[in-house]
Amino acid sequence: MRRPLAGRITALLAAGLLLPVLAACGSDDDDNNGSGSADGGDAALVIYSGRNEKLVKPILDKLEKAVGAEVEVRYGDSAELAAQILEEGDRTKAGLFFSQDAGALGALSQEGMLAKLPQTTLDKVDQAYRSGEGDWVGLSGRVRVIAYNPDQVAADEVPDSVHDVVKPEWKDKVGFAPTNASFQAFVTGMRVLEGDDATRKWLEDLKANGAKTYAHNLATLDAVEAGEVSLGLVNHYYWYERVAEKGEDKLDSKLHFLPGKDPGALINVAGAGILADNGEQRATAQKAVDYLLSEEAQTYFADTTKEYPLAAGVTSTVEGLPPFESLESPDIDLGKLESLQETLAMLQDVGLV
Amino acid sequence: MAAPRPVGQPTAPAAPPPAEGFAGGGADRRPPLVLLVPACAAALFALLPLGYLAVRALERGPAFAWEVVADERTLDLLGRSLGLTAVVVAACVILGVSLAWLTVRTALPGARAWSVAATLPLAVPSYVAAFTWLSAEPDLAGFGGAALALTLVSFPYVQLPVAAALRGIDPAQEEAARSLGHGPLRTFLRVTLPQLRPAAGGGALLVALYVLSDFGAVSLMRYDTFTRAIHTSYRASFDRTPAAALSVVLVVMTVALVAAEARTRGRAGHARTGGGTARPAAPVPLGRWKPLALLWCGAVVAVAVAFPLGTLGYWLTVGSSATWDLGGLTETAWATLGVAAAGAALTTALALPVGVIAARHKGRGARLLEQAAYAGHALPGITVALSLVFFAVRYAYPLYQRLPLLVGAYAVLFLPIAVAATRAAVLQAPPVLEDVARSLGRRPWQVLREVTLPLAAPGVAAGAALTFVVCMKELPATLLLRPTGMDTLATRLWTETGAGSFAAAAPYAAALILLAAVPSYLLGRHRT
Repeated sequence: MRRPLAGRITALLAAGLLLPVLAACGSDDDDNNGSGSADGGDAALVIYSGRNEKLVKPILDKLEKAVGAEVEVRYGDSAELAAQILEEGDRTKAGLFFSQDAGALGALSQEGMLAKLPQTTLDKVDQAYRSGEGDWVGLSGRVRVIAYNPDQVAADEVPDSVHDVVKPEWKDKVGFAPTNASFQAFVTGMRVLEGDDATRKWLEDLKANGAKTYAHNLATLDAVEAGEVSLGLVNHYYWYERVAEKGEDKLDSKLHFLPGKDPGALINVAGAGILADNGEQRATAQKAVDYLLSEEAQTYFADTTKEYPLAAGVTSTVEGLPPFESLESPDIDLGKLESLQETLAMLQDVGLV
Repeated sequence: MAAPRPVGQPTAPAAPPPAEGFAGGGADRRPPLVLLVPACAAALFALLPLGYLAVRALERGPAFAWEVVADERTLDLLGRSLGLTAVVVAACVILGVSLAWLTVRTALPGARAWSVAATLPLAVPSYVAAFTWLSAEPDLAGFGGAALALTLVSFPYVQLPVAAALRGIDPAQEEAARSLGHGPLRTFLRVTLPQLRPAAGGGALLVALYVLSDFGAVSLMRYDTFTRAIHTSYRASFDRTPAAALSVVLVVMTVALVAAEARTRGRAGHARTGGGTARPAAPVPLGRWKPLALLWCGAVVAVAVAFPLGTLGYWLTVGSSATWDLGGLTETAWATLGVAAAGAALTTALALPVGVIAARHKGRGARLLEQAAYAGHALPGITVALSLVFFAVRYAYPLYQRLPLLVGAYAVLFLPIAVAATRAAVLQAPPVLEDVARSLGRRPWQVLREVTLPLAAPGVAAGAALTFVVCMKELPATLLLRPTGMDTLATRLWTETGAGSFAAAAPYAAALILLAAVPSYLLGRHRT
């Protein structure tokens, strides 16, 4: 009696498993016909926010009033939300994707999931900080910097280039977060600027020089604070947020903004794109993007999240933050940071992730 | 609550287990349809991620998928994942068996309190454990730290079933062995230990699958495993194909582990017909070993329970970002309890038929069903979540981002925990009573309702409580599948720590641990 039972169950399971799979393969084409509005009726705007709720909820609450429609926000991780939107395809619930970095927006853009933005919206932001395809726009800027511990390094000894941190005098004294999206975007930027061979060599040198890896930028900054490492490759706003939380006099670390268009001074953006398949949310989403570029919202990013406002005419008033114009970041097309996959392969090859 | 004690002939002490499982039981009988149909449905449900992975992994053709899998890095990750799993499982077996034996069978002072305390680590999420250790000792990062954090949160998976098994063992067998001139150690090794093997093996399997699927601890400890590579792959490329191909390898490992565990089970069925000796075993006097035993229990409880709680307390009192939003906390706690209860209920319901079949029916079919139920358990939560996004968007769109889907995800993720508990509970119920019921003309569903389930109820309830606890702690699937705007304690914790405010996260972590401690406490007191 055993074989037939096993056979029966195998057949049942296999059939049950295969059916939806086969149907899925076949249904990709059928589903495309006007299913986006299958839900119907409710025109509330759904925002998938890869930006942390703690940081952006206040401004999104104001956004709800500004656009005059109900707004639902789904908070998550930028990369995971992008994967979710890709999996949802044309039936996505999202009307607007508010991403922590350009890479996740680029991935959606590449799959043709983002709608073109009107030129008036795009023109509010320098073209260096928006999509070349015109389907997403940067809202706030974040700069790569070197955090240092003044107890261990004098201010004038801090390297002016990431190329210097692989030198022998910094052996075992550098911290960084190899799995962090900003670090990976910076490595991608270095590949675009200096080529794959030079970048691979730099990564190998960094590893050979005993640089210490951390889970994220905050952990890296904490390590600099604690004197575990002397230098940390981080984004600028973490330090300013710590200052806001603890007070500057309680912080041991300082920041160094790199001069000379060094790849280590890359400016990345947090930005937003409108989902092309969600027609009924389109108008509200458009209003939302314009609101996020308004003076009120841009001032919020400057004051609260300590980032650089990107809309023309708004400047940061955070104490001690160098003016945006004074930053000597490398000239790079953020749209070109999409080749993250090669960066990851390289990081894996070198053994850093 | 004690299971109803059946009347009947006491079994001969130290009788060898019957050759073919439990003789006379339903071993040769086909599972009745009343079990087979829901069991197949549950297995199918558990196999959903596999279907998804097949679609995604083969999206760009088998050659590409093979390229990802055949990369030498895969072998490296395999070694790292298996190494971590082996170390954590070994440590959990040592901790779990020793604590279970000390608290159940010896004259340890405060045995009951120790046994409850030893189950409390279940309430600590792996990412919280890893974080507390890391904040105290940053140099722990790496293999050692990951192994430590994972061991400390998962050894109760071994301790609980082993303690239950120890209580269920007929002491007459050990007494017989002693009367035949065996020493206490020899008796333990020859008579007691073999009877603990299924319980310890089942617990070890759950620990192994937990380690394979865990992302929180390995990520914080910066130790690269399959799960972490899968996450990095989603994150870096938004490309689901390599992640899916790697996940398939995890599924293969799961099936291998489940099959290996099934082999170690051997023929151990330890149901006893009748009451045997209707009294607990005489406690083993510890003598001069007593201080050492106390020290051992104390050390485990200190590092696994007191330390994380102490660290959270520190953050609560010291951090400047600590804010007590009592209203929000209460609301989130209620929501968490609600989804976790629903998750535990659905998981238990799906696990019942699979568990009963796995306990009562031998053969490939029964094994296949059980293995199917385990398929999704070693996968990282995000993979399971994306697979449910995929299926729900296509075939159950009205459910998408609604509670039933989230609850369904919990069932896929945690089915094995409930199956293992059900199976063990049914194994301890004498099958001969079912035969009697059948011979009296009861229909299969009546046998199930009137005999099998009442006998297995305490064990099944324990499984439900355990499932409840793990649902409360779940993070990645909850993030992707919860209704928009809903929060659980785990997602709040994620939000707060994501903004770097550990002190603000501490109240949520504390609430999570305290709430999860209630069912853990009940589990610790649970008597079979």
